[in-house]
Amino acid sequence: MSGPVDHWIIAPVLLPAMVAAFLILALRHSLVAQRVVSMTALAAVVLIALRNLAEVGDGAVLPYRLGDWPAPFGIIMVLDRLSGTMVLLASVLALLVAAYASSGWDMRGRHFHALFQFQVMGINGAFLTGDVFNLFVFFEVMLIASYGLMLHGGGPHRLVAGFHYVAINLVGSTLFLFAVGLIYAVTGTLNMADLAVKVPLADAGDTALLAAGGVMLMLVFCIKAALVPLHWWLPTAYAAASPPAAAMFMIMTKVGAYALIRVHTLAFAAGSGPLAGLAEPWILPAALATIALGAVGTLASRSLAGLVCYATVWSMGSLLMTIGLFDQQGLTAAIYYMLHGTLVGAALFLLLDLVREKRGLWQDGLKPSPGFARQGWLAVLFFVGAISLAGLPPLSGFVGKVLILDATRSAPWAAWAWSILLASSIVVIFALARAGSVLFWTSGSDDAPPVRVAPESGVGLRFAAVAALLGTTVFLSAFAGPVTRHAGATAAALLTPDVYVEAVLGQRTTAAARVAP
Amino acid sequence: MELLLASGIGAITAVGLYLILRRESFPVILGLTFLSYAVNLFLFAMGRLVVNQPPIAAPGAPGYTDPLPQALVLTAIVISFGMTALIVVLALRGFLETGSDEVRDETQGQSGEAER
Repeated sequence: MSGPVDHWIIAPVLLPAMVAAFLILALRHSLVAQRVVSMTALAAVVLIALRNLAEVGDGAVLPYRLGDWPAPFGIIMVLDRLSGTMVLLASVLALLVAAYASSGWDMRGRHFHALFQFQVMGINGAFLTGDVFNLFVFFEVMLIASYGLMLHGGGPHRLVAGFHYVAINLVGSTLFLFAVGLIYAVTGTLNMADLAVKVPLADAGDTALLAAGGVMLMLVFCIKAALVPLHWWLPTAYAAASPPAAAMFMIMTKVGAYALIRVHTLAFAAGSGPLAGLAEPWILPAALATIALGAVGTLASRSLAGLVCYATVWSMGSLLMTIGLFDQQGLTAAIYYMLHGTLVGAALFLLLDLVREKRGLWQDGLKPSPGFARQGWLAVLFFVGAISLAGLPPLSGFVGKVLILDATRSAPWAAWAWSILLASSIVVIFALARAGSVLFWTSGSDDAPPVRVAPESGVGLRFAAVAALLGTTVFLSAFAGPVTRHAGATAAALLTPDVYVEAVLGQRTTAAARVAP
Repeated sequence: MELLLASGIGAITAVGLYLILRRESFPVILGLTFLSYAVNLFLFAMGRLVVNQPPIAAPGAPGYTDPLPQALVLTAIVISFGMTALIVVLALRGFLETGSDEVRDETQGQSGEAER
């Protein structure tokens, strides 16, 4: 509450919100103007996110108190290494996906850019908030926008899949509120830093209530992060959504993973009384099941969309397995893998759209279509994306996988983790290789009608956006050293939450001083 | 009063859970509505049940009721109301376009071949 307030902290939330309203109110009749404004704003958000991340590069934790209310009472945003990194990731992804969508997808329905800006606002808000209830509110902002984006383009198939998606998320929101209610009833606070102080002090009689609330909260995050057996919604919804929307949704599963990391390391960290390590016993086994099921799903898919969706489930399983360790190495691997998984998954969803466009009526079904073979650049991009996704050297998927294997080496489930992860990798490589050879190397019978010629406008921009997304995976592997060091420092900060708590609550954080009167 | 409220919330939740597992989308929406009512009451009760007290620590008042859950419930009501409206429209459009109110399990092959 002293010193100048850094207003840039909240800019990644405010700017998209204002731009979205501006797009609806002033620019709804001009798609070109919408594209220009939307892209400019997203580029500005990327720059702000870079600047914010540089601000906290030394490990500082910067709270932003709205209305200057002191911490446990007011609404608070917290910028630290993890939230700064995630905001940067979301902004870069948003900029590239918006560039892709600007080449044509935004014409197939109304208000694409406004919905997209609201989605970015919700995602950045969820990363920056320091309060469990505001996390709920930003989840809802993000989800409401995602419902619109999910249905973008229309059609009965999207409506049916959209109904599933909205229904499962409404159930998730209800669970979230039950959890918030229970946690508030026991601790009297919803501020995450304050929870870190109050949870260990909860009465012994209330421990069961608090555990129920905590587990429900983790469950909601796991629905978002598609942990088996809560993953069923993901393949249906993402395969039906328009590919640019699905590419943006890649960050939403990571919001679930982020929330899991954030809340668990603060409120249920090791040494926080009877509830320490609340989610640890079951996340790891469930994540192993997720990996296995996702790999089998890639092999069973009859379309590229299904394959990419199950590969997403598979990669979320690998991510959640490292999170489930809740130690230095595990979280380091998780943060690196989160960056990699989001960008590569999004690139594959966009590639899927390019394939559909070129194959016309054949769409992305995994069977040979006439006259599609020898798609030079498209095949090259698919090859790079597949290598990175499957975790073959030299791209970032390989670095991520090495980090994961290294982190699980001494874990209690090490033998299971290694064998399932390595076996599933072979399965995914096989599924991707089969899909690639069917799509790009074989040609169907000659008497079938030829592939419809797709509209070619803006195809350069589409290729550039996909190439840029794949470029980030090259970047992540070329600069794996600095990125891993950054991830390591972030993980270390997560495991010593005192700095975070002190920065948010001020100096009066000793447990004795804060026991309820 | 505690017993009445607790069992009421429990009953509404049970009805909601039963309904969201139905096959048609109309009962599912009703179930979601019941669940959101239940959670609103639940949140409200989480500030402890207090009768006839101001929601602010005023001097002279014999006590106060926790205003925070009321603010939370207000936010939750607004969000769940908007969401219910959205899902009703969605179910209606789905019914008009597909001619069936059933919550179907789409096979993923369709997304690859038939339509976009």
